[in-house]
Amino acid sequence: MNKKAIYFLGMALSSIGSNAQAAYGLNLKAPVTEIASQIYDLHMLIVWVCLAIFVVVFAVMFYSLYKHRKSVGHKAVQFHEHHTLEIIWTIIPALILIVMAVPATKTIFAMKDTTAADMTVKVTGHQWKWEYDYLDKDVKFISTLATSQDQIDGKAEKGENYLLEVDNPMVVPVGKKIRVVLTASDVIHAWWVPEFGVKQDAIPGFIKEVWFRAEKPGIYRGQCAELCGKAHGFMPIVVEVVAEDKYNEWIDSKKAAAAAANAGADKEWAKDELVANGKAVYEKNCAVCHQASGAGLPPAFPAITGSKIALGAIFGTDGKYMPDSHIDRLLNGKGVMPAWKALLNDVEIASVITYTRQALGNAATVDPVVQPAQIKAAR
Amino acid sequence: MSQNTKNYFLPGPSFWPLIASISLFLLAGGFTMVLNKIAMGTPLMIAGAVALAYLLYGWFAEVIGESVSKVYNKQVDKSFRWGMGWFIFSEVMFFFGFFGALFYTRNVSLHWLADAHGLTGAQALWPSFAAAWPSAGPAATEAITTIPAWGLPAINTLLLLTSGATLTWAHWGLMKDNRKQLIMGLILTIALGVAFLFLQAHEYAEATFTIKSGIYGATFYMLTGFHGLHVTMGAIMLAIILFRVLKGHFNSHDHFGFEAVAWYWHFVDVVWLFLFIFVYWL
Amino acid sequence: MSTTTAAHHDDHAHDSHGHPTGIMRWVKSTNHKDIGTMYLWFSFTMFLFAGAMAMGIRAELFQPGLQFVQPETFNQLTTLHGLIMIFGAIMPAFVGFANWQVPLMIGAPDMAFPRLNNMSFWLLIPAAILLVASIFVPGGAVAGGWTMYPPLSVQGGMSVDMSVFALHILGVSSIVGSINIITTIFNMRAPGMTLMKMPMFVWTWLITAYLLIAAMPVLAGALTMLITDRHFGTHFFNAAGGGDPVLFQHVFWFFGHPEVYIMILPAFGILSTIIPTFARKPLFGYASMVYATAAIAVLSFVVWAHHMFTTGMPVAGQLFFMYSTMLISVPTGVKVFNWIATMWKGSMTFETPMLFSVAVVFLFTIGGLSGLVCAILPVDIQLQDTYYVVAHFHYVLFSGAAMAIMGGVYYWLPKWTGHMYDETLGKWHFWLTTIAFNVTFFPMHFTGLAGMPRRIPDYSQQFAEFNMISSLGAFALGLSQLLFLYVVIKCIKGGAKATNQVWEGAHGLEWTVPSPAPFHTFETPPQVK
Repeated sequence: MNKKAIYFLGMALSSIGSNAQAAYGLNLKAPVTEIASQIYDLHMLIVWVCLAIFVVVFAVMFYSLYKHRKSVGHKAVQFHEHHTLEIIWTIIPALILIVMAVPATKTIFAMKDTTAADMTVKVTGHQWKWEYDYLDKDVKFISTLATSQDQIDGKAEKGENYLLEVDNPMVVPVGKKIRVVLTASDVIHAWWVPEFGVKQDAIPGFIKEVWFRAEKPGIYRGQCAELCGKAHGFMPIVVEVVAEDKYNEWIDSKKAAAAAANAGADKEWAKDELVANGKAVYEKNCAVCHQASGAGLPPAFPAITGSKIALGAIFGTDGKYMPDSHIDRLLNGKGVMPAWKALLNDVEIASVITYTRQALGNAATVDPVVQPAQIKAAR
Repeated sequence: MSQNTKNYFLPGPSFWPLIASISLFLLAGGFTMVLNKIAMGTPLMIAGAVALAYLLYGWFAEVIGESVSKVYNKQVDKSFRWGMGWFIFSEVMFFFGFFGALFYTRNVSLHWLADAHGLTGAQALWPSFAAAWPSAGPAATEAITTIPAWGLPAINTLLLLTSGATLTWAHWGLMKDNRKQLIMGLILTIALGVAFLFLQAHEYAEATFTIKSGIYGATFYMLTGFHGLHVTMGAIMLAIILFRVLKGHFNSHDHFGFEAVAWYWHFVDVVWLFLFIFVYWL
Repeated sequence: MSTTTAAHHDDHAHDSHGHPTGIMRWVKSTNHKDIGTMYLWFSFTMFLFAGAMAMGIRAELFQPGLQFVQPETFNQLTTLHGLIMIFGAIMPAFVGFANWQVPLMIGAPDMAFPRLNNMSFWLLIPAAILLVASIFVPGGAVAGGWTMYPPLSVQGGMSVDMSVFALHILGVSSIVGSINIITTIFNMRAPGMTLMKMPMFVWTWLITAYLLIAAMPVLAGALTMLITDRHFGTHFFNAAGGGDPVLFQHVFWFFGHPEVYIMILPAFGILSTIIPTFARKPLFGYASMVYATAAIAVLSFVVWAHHMFTTGMPVAGQLFFMYSTMLISVPTGVKVFNWIATMWKGSMTFETPMLFSVAVVFLFTIGGLSGLVCAILPVDIQLQDTYYVVAHFHYVLFSGAAMAIMGGVYYWLPKWTGHMYDETLGKWHFWLTTIAFNVTFFPMHFTGLAGMPRRIPDYSQQFAEFNMISSLGAFALGLSQLLFLYVVIKCIKGGAKATNQVWEGAHGLEWTVPSPAPFHTFETPPQVK
């Protein structure tokens, strides 16, 4: 069948009734990788084949429903077997299946071929955020939902990319083969960008790999596709495909930003500074479970307000942090609480600890403030 | 109608199903509470266990009573055969799931776990892990010392195989109406089963690894543990059969109770052979 | 142990004629018809309960944003909706049919093990209590999806334990029930009723029972591993100890895919019973129907990993499961062709059971074809865990299984109650259900293709229109089922007297006994020619 014709029909189908902005689609999103277009064509092929079978079979049935009724005086003919017919309708579907299996098999081999990649990005799923690690580039960041809680609760107008926007998108150069190695830290997530034809489960403790080569610059949005707990619907994926020079600029700016953030680790911070900075960190990373008020959602997510850990002593007599102390819990996690060691920098961890000790209804008297330098030493 | 052995025996109304329902409810609810450290759990579980014991005793007593009062005809006997056969099949499938887990982790997923996909150092999830069996997984701190197949497990294999033979010998005795051979055979079989369980308990006590020792410990104790449980149940069932033999319940042409337990015992035997080969030996 | 004497036994024999009345009639029942009735009412209660949960889901999804429930509650609703519909509504309904119809169809006096039969039913009650009560424990009901994948289900609270034990109990019930059905079919047939003369419904249930005893113990194993991982420190599903979270998925779907056929084969049996009756002509291709059913059953054990195409299996695994999945559509196609050939040149009338059956053939085929689309692995990569899949399995399970059950209820209701149901209201129920069902689920194909993941409480605005349509359809679908309840109750209370044969074109032993079927039937086996 003519590939262009299939593509055209598909696009025509997907544009029926849609307005200029294509507010809603009826079909798979327009592909921007070779694999995604193969998938698109395969889907159109199988849909037309199925539709053809469907029309033929049910034309027969409806003809029969219309003609062979008792009310029009049709008398039943008492046959109940016809071997030739039965053999034919077993063999023809089998042949159709073989025809469809061939292109599908080719695409599977292409999808699985992750060799000769131009670059590798390690993507880690966390409850409920994505971590991107550009191997060899020393660039690493967390990407979380940017839509405000007010929009979700209906207190503010929903934006154009409601639930499909993040603070730190993944940025990749156009036309390059990107290998994505996937894993997860807690439960199974799935990394999915429809336009790339890539969906792969991120499985804790295992590494799985996929690849894509985006052929058109643009911003592509996807979502986590494996139920991963309460905020499963709120951990989108945004990938910006840009020209190579822009990509290099972006890498440099990311490096500079990380250096600037780390620079603060050695200076002595004022309590108010830490609390103010900590509030932002808390609302971005912690509020989803422990709630913005600090009340938590017991029993799964304990309250911060009045918490023994948030009010208790941190450092032992030897000057090191104690097991099950506030710093221990933040750095190493426990149970559902993630280990933040690898996810936040020293300033962020010190700020959020100080914030949770001094705000949200808490006013710790022992170890009231934690400095970034102490976190650095504690790592 | 039911005392007429020409017709299929249909029991009258019975309370046992409801008691089964209540006992499993207490056991499940109680166990949930025990697991979640709720104090009510233990008494509920005990109540459930008592109800279950009462149920098994009472229901089987009723069926045995019906059997000895000769209300079952040939067709009913055949129903019991079909029923027991497919019950054992469902047990086979239960073990099949655990053996599947063993094969999959050992031959498939451990290798994937060891594959760092070209990542090195801190990027790789388990940089120094290599797939091998036995394994307690990449985060394990100590190596696993397995139990040599040709020590206790081989003796256990011998015990169970012999017990299969003594049970068949007992069956021959029953067929020939040789009561002495029947009783002797049953006693020997039970003794061999108990000896097996004793050695198995000894092996557990001596083992240097636990059920928490990674995937090896998990599959080992799950498979051998459920098998041991089945041997225990089989031994209890054999003891009941022995008791019934002493009461004179069976004769050479009517003894399906005996045969059902024998089938079960042979099934437990066969499962052990698979355990011996795939858990201990290979 | 030997205290039970023959004399004692006579009392029992006496009881079974003058059976107890009131609640004790049901609690102590050893009568296949009473037990079948209990199964059907239990199923309908659970159907309404889980349906109410679906209304909650659709209310939240009516428009973007969070309006009624928090995300955690939403996940509890979707999880319990799935678990209860599958294990509480669809499966018990089919067992209810088996109880009523199998002995009547093969000329048996009752099931082979009447007491175990009642136990199978009464085990449903504690399981249902555990599932429903889990809503009220700290942390709320199980929220990790009906598939309960670890590690998410290892994180959950005590409701996970309650649900696991509920499923264990349901497993015992199903295994005992299946053994009972297999034994009944093999050992209790009337003289002359050879295997290849059995009604198709009996055949489909025989094969379903085999699927159950092979699949349910495997589920029990998977759930047991889940419990030990949660509480006893095993590492089956934890990579740090050498386990694999995906192991659970393999074991679960080894049960789960046969489970899909457990829920559809008896529906095929019902269709194969109803269509010949109203076409007034024998079932076309009886032998090939039997072989197709058996082929589907065998193949259902080697396709499980098509539920896991995105886990990243090696190429060989992906190809094997894609090919085997495509293959299973051949015997399924044979069944559809046979039904249409049965209608062909018949003398059809369209009473409510026939309307449901024709609709099931039509709509189930849509679900079958969308299943074929999902079988094409590269396409499934885009569709896995989207609303397309939700549309697919509701076309199979609602317009396949549930609507076949409704058709079956209308078909046999006169035999069970002795009254004809209200045909006009029955037709109203049919049309409302069919239209509302399609309004609810057809748009989900589009939202899925366009990229809406399933199991999310909130969605981006591009999906708003279709979700609103789906929600409106769902509310109508839910309300329509109250009409079903009314029609059934009205039929039990009274109505035109049903004849023995009830339907002009009906054939088989169940139509030779009076309507309503007396408490005991075929105490002396009939002779089948």
